[in-house]
Amino acid sequence: MSAPDVVSARTQAFRLDLSWPVLIAAALILCGLIVAPLAWLTYFSLVDRAGAFTLDNFRQLVTSPAFVEPLITTIILSVSSSAGCCAVGTPLAWFVARTDMPLRGTVRALMTASFVTPPFLGAIAWELLAAPNSGLLNQAYRALTGAEADQHLFNIYTLPGLIFVTSCYTTPYVFVLIANALDRIPGDLEDASAILGGRKWVTAQRVTIPLALPALLAGALVAFLQAMTLFGAPAILALPAGFHTMTTKIWSLFQYPPKPELAAAASLPLLILTVLLLRGQHLVLGRRGYTVVGGRQGDARIVRLGGWKWAALAFALVVLLNPVFLPYGALLNAAFSRVPSQLVSFANLTLHNFEFVFYEISATRLAFRNTLILCTLAATIGTLIALIISYLTSRQAIAFHRALGFLATAPVAVPGIVLGVGLFLTYTRPPFILYGTLWILLIAFVTIAMPSAYQQLQSAFRSVSPDLEEASRILGATRLSTIGRITAPLLRTSVIATWCFIFVGVIRELSAAIMLFTSETKVISVLIFDLNESGDLGAIAVLGLIMLVITFAVVTAVNRIPGFGSVRLRNN
Amino acid sequence: MAKLSRRGVLQGAGVLAATAFASPIRAAAPEPQAITPQLVDAARREGKVVWYTSVDLPLAEKIAKSFEAKFPGIATRVERTGAERVFQRIGQEYASRIYAVDVVNSSDAAHFIGWKRDGLLAPYVPEDIAQFYPSEHKDPDGMFASFRVWLSVIAYNTNLVKTEDAPKSFADLLDAKWVGKIVKGHPGYSGTIMTATYQMARDLGWDYFEKLAKQRVMQVQSSADPPKKLALGERAVMADGNEYNIFQMKDQGQPVEVVYPAEGAPLIVGPNGLFKNAPNPNAARLFQSYCFSVEAQQFIIDVGGLRSMHPGTNEKPGRKPFRDIKTMKDDPAGVEKTAEDVKARYAQIFRV
Repeated sequence: MSAPDVVSARTQAFRLDLSWPVLIAAALILCGLIVAPLAWLTYFSLVDRAGAFTLDNFRQLVTSPAFVEPLITTIILSVSSSAGCCAVGTPLAWFVARTDMPLRGTVRALMTASFVTPPFLGAIAWELLAAPNSGLLNQAYRALTGAEADQHLFNIYTLPGLIFVTSCYTTPYVFVLIANALDRIPGDLEDASAILGGRKWVTAQRVTIPLALPALLAGALVAFLQAMTLFGAPAILALPAGFHTMTTKIWSLFQYPPKPELAAAASLPLLILTVLLLRGQHLVLGRRGYTVVGGRQGDARIVRLGGWKWAALAFALVVLLNPVFLPYGALLNAAFSRVPSQLVSFANLTLHNFEFVFYEISATRLAFRNTLILCTLAATIGTLIALIISYLTSRQAIAFHRALGFLATAPVAVPGIVLGVGLFLTYTRPPFILYGTLWILLIAFVTIAMPSAYQQLQSAFRSVSPDLEEASRILGATRLSTIGRITAPLLRTSVIATWCFIFVGVIRELSAAIMLFTSETKVISVLIFDLNESGDLGAIAVLGLIMLVITFAVVTAVNRIPGFGSVRLRNN
Repeated sequence: MAKLSRRGVLQGAGVLAATAFASPIRAAAPEPQAITPQLVDAARREGKVVWYTSVDLPLAEKIAKSFEAKFPGIATRVERTGAERVFQRIGQEYASRIYAVDVVNSSDAAHFIGWKRDGLLAPYVPEDIAQFYPSEHKDPDGMFASFRVWLSVIAYNTNLVKTEDAPKSFADLLDAKWVGKIVKGHPGYSGTIMTATYQMARDLGWDYFEKLAKQRVMQVQSSADPPKKLALGERAVMADGNEYNIFQMKDQGQPVEVVYPAEGAPLIVGPNGLFKNAPNPNAARLFQSYCFSVEAQQFIIDVGGLRSMHPGTNEKPGRKPFRDIKTMKDDPAGVEKTAEDVKARYAQIFRV
């Protein structure tokens, strides 16, 4: 090809290249989603009620035990949960992705089921199981040992109880990240190590573990941040026990009369902590590259465990007992029992809870409709935005891509409830009055979903070699059509997984929704939270189980959309 | 225990209620309104009514369903949460010019002082209120009236506590034997508990709550939840909560029993009122008229376990008559003035 030909091809490509407007729009959207509410929060943290500048909010934050204690509690909760999640999630992911453990598919599906469970629903289920007196497990313990009426084996209304429940419903994040990373490590690298004489352990040490490390770190980080920003489970378990976490404390600041300035100040330590952690992750990973999906790819190699595979399966089942079998057992029982703390028998079997939910609660249908609309829209829009941003940052396609990446990750540091307030402050005044509509909830959900969607797609992008894209562009394709023809198909599993992630994440979302809903824009999570505050456990059980069924139906359906292929929530 | 006449109790409540129900702007109450076919037609054309309330949800929905049965074609949406949340939510919605609420019911009567002062309520006087309701239970300007009355009481699970061991007074709850066995509601959420906390702090002093907090109390939110925690068997005794939930549970044969504390049970009044910017003004009026009819009032007594100020109603046999119960004095004006302080102090003592 002669030089003028190249030039003319370039010019043609430039003329048809719509990428810049798209890129700029994405950046603007991101600013609207994240910068505006954070700006309002910062402003509020620095003013008093009259609107004058003050540092008094921060002084209170540092000096008052009412803030210092919840902060310490939150850090203990986050560190313990994160450690617990990694300790359990990592071996489980390895068993499922790289060994011949029996029932691997089932274990994987059940871990997904535990991810689908909203933590607040899990917390309520664990109240049914492990409340000191009425909990089913404690009743069983007393019946088996003949212990006194007041004695109990578990007390869920404690900090360890809260850590346990939080870990149960955060482990799937770690599990999915690591399992997907292990799936993506091509077997030929490990084969190469083996051919060069590396034993299993050396291969693991030199190849597998370093390749999986970014995922493990990301998992630990996500688990930490999830635990830190969680609202529902602490509200359900910590308040009866008489202590606050930062999120419940911030929430309590919005009881009448609301103190948004203090709440804004209280959210800043969480933001700073997150920034430090993200920097830390960057330092640890440094500049190492992990491009493993190139033009050629080998299958992952399966390790034979021999007799140990049964031990592995036993471990998996014991792990799954906690987020899945026991809680759903308790919810099923509560749905059909006249008294939720009694086991269903002929004497107390009832369908009353179903009747109550469907024929008496006048907000049920509305809440279901709103939830489904929001889930679908948030998942679709969120995936698109995350896809564009992670493309920009991983291909360093525009200047300031680092800032974009930071913006997309920043919401992770903002507890949903604080984001809710930021959005409330932003969108209750001109030019965009969105409060009272589903739009404000949509914005909240997309923003909250952005960090994990971005992380997931970005790590997927990182593992796809830019060679393929460069080849496409050299042949004259625009950036957009390259994304459409080359990058997207390579990423389709991750895209579907991200869509499902967001869909499920929206169903799980309570903390921003609780700030932003109105009677016409109520969602299921808020309905369940309201029911919990007045102790209607049977109705919660029914709503929770139906929500689970709907989620599964949707996730299954999406995974079977023709054209996307019959991929599942994994790379295989 | 001194027996008080019903009149006496009502007068006692009335003296204080009068301060709440009074207003600096003295307009004559509007003409009483009967339920006319025109009103029913206009309400039907609107087709729905939205009721923000803090009545325990199952009962609130039953009241809504009884209204729908009587006036078919008017879908009744219940928006139920704790009274303090209802108050905050309406404030938040109105600040953004979202006018969703037609009729409001709150278990914190103090809220009506604020709403009335801010000019948010619409005057409307159903016939029953004008004819039958004692003056201390209706606003002189016709903005609201006492839809329901009940008590915050002590109660216990009869499987876990023998009758002779049960507490008789608030003071009894401070006994060491109740450590870790008490459940109570939260004044930041529940209007009932807010009102009760105000009355108890006034009559027993804040140091009562300081001692109670040392009993390792299980802290729940709604005043409807302590009775439910008793029924589950999660805690043996409740330090506060709705009398009406206990009545309902006893009717269902659940193992709970009510105790009227020797110091007097906090008296809770839950008025109903219409909002001026109600999106369905005719349906709102019809609903308000229905709520104060003998029929609806008898329904909330029989099914709900509530007390009624409508003299045409009968108390349900087997329940202790209202006039025989020693109550504390209600004082919405006092609650209105000190609410912020009560909540802050409570949070400091109970740490949540």
